Amino acid sequence: MNQRPAMDLSALPTFGHGPRSPTWWGTLGFMALEGTGFALAAGAYLYLATLWPNWRLSAPQPNHWPGTIVTLLLIASLIPNHILNGYAKQCAIGPVRIGMVVMSLLGIAPLVVRWFEFPALNIYWDTNAYGSMLWVLLGLHTTHLITDVGDTIVLTVLMFTHHGYSGRRFGDVGDNVFYWDFVVLTWIPIYLLIYWLPRLG
Amino acid sequence: MSSADITSERDLRPEREASAKGDITPERDGPRDTGLDDASLHRWLARTWRTPPGIIGALSSVDHKVIARRYLITAFLFLCLGGLNAVVMRIQLSGPRRGLIGPDLYNQLFTMHGVTMMFLFAVPIVQATGIYLVPLMVGTRNIAFPRLNAFSYWVYVSGGLFAWVSFALSMAPDVGWFAYVPLSGPEYAPGKRADVWAQMITYTEVSSLAVAVATIVTVFKHRAPGMSLDKIPLYVWALLVTSFVVVFAMPAVMVTSTFLILDRLVGTHIFNPAEGGDALLFQHLFWFFGHPEVYIIFLPATGMVSAIIPAFARRPAFGHLGLVLSLIAVGFLSFGLWVHHMFATGLPKLGASFFTASSMMIAIPNGVQIFCWLATLWDGRPVIRTPLLFVLGFFFIFVIGGLTGVMLASVPLDLQVHDTYFVVAHFHYVLIGGSVFPLLGAAYFWFPKITGRMMSERLGRWHFWLAMVGFNAAFFPMHIVGLWGMPRRVYTYPAELGWGNINFFISAGAVLFFLSFVLFAFNLVHSALRGAPAGNNPWDAGTLEWATSSPPPSYNFARIPIVTNVEPLWAQREALPVATGLRVDVRELVVSTVAEAHPDIREKSATPSIWPLLAAIAVGGTFLYSIFTPWAIVWGAAPIAITLIGWFWPKGDPEDEE
Repeated sequence: MNQRPAMDLSALPTFGHGPRSPTWWGTLGFMALEGTGFALAAGAYLYLATLWPNWRLSAPQPNHWPGTIVTLLLIASLIPNHILNGYAKQCAIGPVRIGMVVMSLLGIAPLVVRWFEFPALNIYWDTNAYGSMLWVLLGLHTTHLITDVGDTIVLTVLMFTHHGYSGRRFGDVGDNVFYWDFVVLTWIPIYLLIYWLPRLG
Repeated sequence: MSSADITSERDLRPEREASAKGDITPERDGPRDTGLDDASLHRWLARTWRTPPGIIGALSSVDHKVIARRYLITAFLFLCLGGLNAVVMRIQLSGPRRGLIGPDLYNQLFTMHGVTMMFLFAVPIVQATGIYLVPLMVGTRNIAFPRLNAFSYWVYVSGGLFAWVSFALSMAPDVGWFAYVPLSGPEYAPGKRADVWAQMITYTEVSSLAVAVATIVTVFKHRAPGMSLDKIPLYVWALLVTSFVVVFAMPAVMVTSTFLILDRLVGTHIFNPAEGGDALLFQHLFWFFGHPEVYIIFLPATGMVSAIIPAFARRPAFGHLGLVLSLIAVGFLSFGLWVHHMFATGLPKLGASFFTASSMMIAIPNGVQIFCWLATLWDGRPVIRTPLLFVLGFFFIFVIGGLTGVMLASVPLDLQVHDTYFVVAHFHYVLIGGSVFPLLGAAYFWFPKITGRMMSERLGRWHFWLAMVGFNAAFFPMHIVGLWGMPRRVYTYPAELGWGNINFFISAGAVLFFLSFVLFAFNLVHSALRGAPAGNNPWDAGTLEWATSSPPPSYNFARIPIVTNVEPLWAQREALPVATGLRVDVRELVVSTVAEAHPDIREKSATPSIWPLLAAIAVGGTFLYSIFTPWAIVWGAAPIAITLIGWFWPKGDPEDEE
């Protein structure tokens, strides 16, 4: 078929941040499907909780303190996370490197406390369905946390190599910031379900 | 050799020496397509976009067309295997008390038939068609996230092999394609068969979720300049809506199968009513996926119909906006129907009424689509060729399936025929009529684009009539025998019930239907080798995939087209307006804005890589191992992490750096 040049694209930039970039939309897509998984697991928990009048099934209350500390750590981490985002947009390699190290540490810290959360549930996964759902919810979010921290650490190392100073990498840092927000956001309802819903009954 | 060739050969010196330090501004520049003559443009792009030679090269391919072809062939092979399951079952049922196969094998057969057709054939094949066609139809050079796309294929293949090797070892799931607890739970399903079901689900869902995300981003961000939302082809709209349905429905079945495997493997009690769990929860979670699943299979088929009808009616689709809105409405409503699969479980009456109403409501947007298609045909000058024949067959069969669907939506009738052959007849009319017939039409329609050759029209007509007669002979009598009370999933029946003759007739129809696929397979192979050359646009259709050669080159379009109309090739018959200014020495494509498709970024597309295959092997090995021990997740984490790092770590290609 004959062609007729009608537009010149040579002046377009070669990378973009946020919703301009396909990777941002891909990240959003994965958030949507993971979020659906979380919502369904939470729905399953609520379904069982409303089905059985004596929910918690005579199990002791969970100790909320490790979970509360994780929550506070996660919320606090949002501030450096967004400062990092600003530097990534400016393509400032020095502050971005520091920011990535900080975010790696702020990812490892809640994981350490998370270790103490499982025994603080005061029930095992195979005791009854209440225990099963608690472990499932906490396990789901822990998997989420581990994968994102792993990803953050790899990206941090990458930013210290000669590959770091490139538009695409700064876009990756922006997407990592975006995803961490999601990890924090999904934790809040799970935290309430695990530690505070049993206290209502 | 012309002087232009000599100049361009000199231009082809290696440009890819790795820079010591990546640059942001100014960009390390390379040659652009502006002003290049066609021959040298082709040579540049062919070198940049080719799949590397050799076995490692083939396994590293990230070309959406190569991956889609593999998907299509693999899904077709699974269709044949699932079809053979059905033929064996039909031979067993062709008379009362036949002793060909026993109940244990029969249970595995109907489970494998359902699992294969739903998870290994229907969903992958509609997604594969999208992987091939969507990037071409939106006028781009590759799918978004090409390596993720390659990964999805390898995970899908390993899931399919896992299921079928299990079958060969008599270890196949035998609990039905929806594997209800308590039958599939730890108490009633010892051994590994139900675990095979649960993990096979995980493989295939990981794969289709990955494809769905890639498809959404391709449609949102890689559309050719000017293809605003109102100019997106209907087929692409259908795939977009389907991908959204996948994103929100498939996690439900992954949650279901994960809960099941936890109950079986580590002793959780999620589905165990004795310890505070609930068996019906399984059904809710499964059908929250299972009903949208029907539309995941059906919506792409409606997209195919919306592409085929305008090409043969010789006019744009009537009611373009209405068709798009119907697609979106069906997508939404598909999430509000799942409980109609559970009418026999003793739900509260109010709930049952709500789901009856919503089940009937979804007939409205589907009806709108059918009327728009009929109006397109009515107002056009239809040319009856094989693709259109299959579309007409789709109308006939799907409308019957839709009518029995409206019947089944009413609770009293549903309770009477629950788990009988009436239901089997209904869903085969909906699935084969609603999806397989449009797919067969699509095969005849797009085969010339994929292979560069036409399929035989004469064999195509034979195929259509054989399929039409065989299908109806096999499935229509099932309505009757179902109303007589014959339950599904029984391996035999006594002669006194008087179901022998009608079952013999059904089996004869099934064999005829199977033969129609043998004829189709012959036509595919014969035409691929000997068919008449097709040219770029054999049907004189209007969408962008017909603007490039058949089969398309690795880079799809020598220059990115500019879109001014929903049927661009009909609007611009003289010359297609195109954009220039892209680099030809690296894999560059256009990223555009979501609503208006204004060109926004010149982005690099990923280069071939073996890592997606290695990552799929790591993931697949972990899933396989996990049916034996939960520690598989811990041991599998290391290889998965290593292969993912290998995948994402930049190798110094210019594509990695910008």
